[in-house]
Amino acid sequence: MCRPTHYTIAYEINPWMRLTRQTVQRRAAQQWAQLHRLLTRLGSSVRLLRPVAGWPDLVFTANAGLVAGGTFIRSNFRYPERQGEEPVVERHFRARGYRVVTLPRGCNFEGEGDSLWIGSTLLLGFRFRSDAATHERLSRVLEREVLPVELVDKRFYHLDTCFCPLSTTSALWHPKAFDRYGRKVIERTVAEPIAVTGLDARRFCCNTIVVGRHLVMPRGVSRPLRHRLADGGWVIHEVDLSEFLKAGGAAKCLVLRLA
Amino acid sequence: MMPSEIVRVSGHIIDSLILPKVLDEIMDLDGTFEILQLSIGKRKADPSTARLKVSARSQPALQTILKRLVRLGATPEFAPDVQLARARKDGVLPSTFYSTTNLPTFIRYRGRWRAVERIEMDCGIVVDPSRSRAICTPMIHVKRADLVVCGSSGVRVVPLERSRRREVFQFMHSPVSPEKPKAQLIAGVAQAMREMKRARRKILVVAGPALIHTGGGAFLERLIRAGWVDVLFAGNGLATHDIESALFGTALGVDLSRGTQTRDGHDHHMRAINTIRDCGGIRQAVRRRTVTKGVMHACVAHRVPYVLAGSIRDDGPLPDVLTDALIAQDVMRQQVRGVGLALMIASTLHAIATGNLLPATVKTVCVDINPAVVTKLSDRGTFQGIGIVSDAASFLRELCAALRL
Repeated sequence: MCRPTHYTIAYEINPWMRLTRQTVQRRAAQQWAQLHRLLTRLGSSVRLLRPVAGWPDLVFTANAGLVAGGTFIRSNFRYPERQGEEPVVERHFRARGYRVVTLPRGCNFEGEGDSLWIGSTLLLGFRFRSDAATHERLSRVLEREVLPVELVDKRFYHLDTCFCPLSTTSALWHPKAFDRYGRKVIERTVAEPIAVTGLDARRFCCNTIVVGRHLVMPRGVSRPLRHRLADGGWVIHEVDLSEFLKAGGAAKCLVLRLA
Repeated sequence: MMPSEIVRVSGHIIDSLILPKVLDEIMDLDGTFEILQLSIGKRKADPSTARLKVSARSQPALQTILKRLVRLGATPEFAPDVQLARARKDGVLPSTFYSTTNLPTFIRYRGRWRAVERIEMDCGIVVDPSRSRAICTPMIHVKRADLVVCGSSGVRVVPLERSRRREVFQFMHSPVSPEKPKAQLIAGVAQAMREMKRARRKILVVAGPALIHTGGGAFLERLIRAGWVDVLFAGNGLATHDIESALFGTALGVDLSRGTQTRDGHDHHMRAINTIRDCGGIRQAVRRRTVTKGVMHACVAHRVPYVLAGSIRDDGPLPDVLTDALIAQDVMRQQVRGVGLALMIASTLHAIATGNLLPATVKTVCVDINPAVVTKLSDRGTFQGIGIVSDAASFLRELCAALRL
């Protein structure tokens, strides 16, 4: 994770960001600290990335890259507004002994924001941020099947805003964020997909952190979804992340899975 | 042929439905594809690869498809750019220059296919880098340091497609024969002339002197006055005999109304030339009312441009005749732009010269009394042509009738 010391809305690169709807620094810090505390309490060990002034979105560490064992595949951000984060995370992972893989320029990839494992298959969301062609390189590096799926709704610009693997066989997803090919791929890959409504999706319910049987979700999960998850044996923890929703991010966006 | 490009899609394109999606997108965007190669990975993590030839009805439509396919992860396998070399001297092409055909030709330059302008057979292709244009250029017009296309890599020649409709103008037409039903052929020519007018394309007539001898002048004159001829190519002979008939009623001394030799008529053609030379030219003679009828009069009166190209056996010649063959070629080149149909009647020399200048997309009709001449003209690489073995006057009479003149 990365402390929101320099977090602010400095530009608009997704439909959620509004320069006129600024973040409240103190509240952002509190919300982040609450999430950090909760994760630690649930037994996660959290490593921190040092925040750097001028790169407000560094707080969304999920987009920094993808970790696979001792390998870190660094992101190639589509927007110049975020490209400055690349050397920061690259230095961080090199210093900690990771083998850092960089993709050629023009091969856009936004890390765990757009790539999520379901069993041994990696799903890659493309169109708004990552490129479809990147999947071939990822599959070569990871030696795994990588399935690109196209995102069609700008509000769900990253895969982790509309898809969340819960286990090797089940996942939360918002079907309308995918085209019909993507829907079919997910239906084939995920044995028990749990579709969330547009309302839940807009509250970033798919942007959930899974820790064992615990789900760390942004506040505002609808009752039916809550019941459905509880019936499946999931324990839900809601965290107020309203300050981060202003930038189009929630729980999952704030963490990068290291192991 | 439709513009096309080869693209490659690879990775986990089967399970991710990327390949079916690519194919669907091509069809949704009105394109077509041909799978050139498809290799499918054996195990789950193995990548698969497909090479597709994607075609669309136009270059912009193809670009739209390609843009979409690139977003789906496909990479276009672009053909290499053409090789260019600079001309070392004026009028001399580099030794490995690409020699053109009269078919529509494209060159790959700076990553894009560009149509070669003013295509003509047996020329070089000069590239203008400042405007990224490719212009078909006759050898003698090449200037020192011009960039000339060399070799054939990056050059694409588009063969003319066989029409699905049964047409009078057919690709690689069946052999010329005097036994063909002429009325239908001529009705087809009249139909093609109407289509040209509708499409605002020019009709060119190339005519030889026999047209006048056989008494066809009156019909050609009628066609010109009715607006069916946009440009006329001929030589000193046709113009001289036409003017002779306008002045004396004879062609080479033969009375055209009776078909008999006129007394002392053998020098009429020289007198006709002399009269026009005295006037200063055909236009001046028409203006002074020295010439009041005939094909040339109709051209001047109806502002139909004519090119009279001279030859080594010309009498006179008339002042309008271009005696420098290269200048004549250039003037003819300018006039063939926009021509969609060429009628070549009773002419060998001028018809061959014109055939050399025309793109293969121009429809040609060759009419001659001698089957050998028609065959010879049809064999000279004009692909969309028909040959009609007929006397010029009867052909024109029937054509006028078919056009209700």
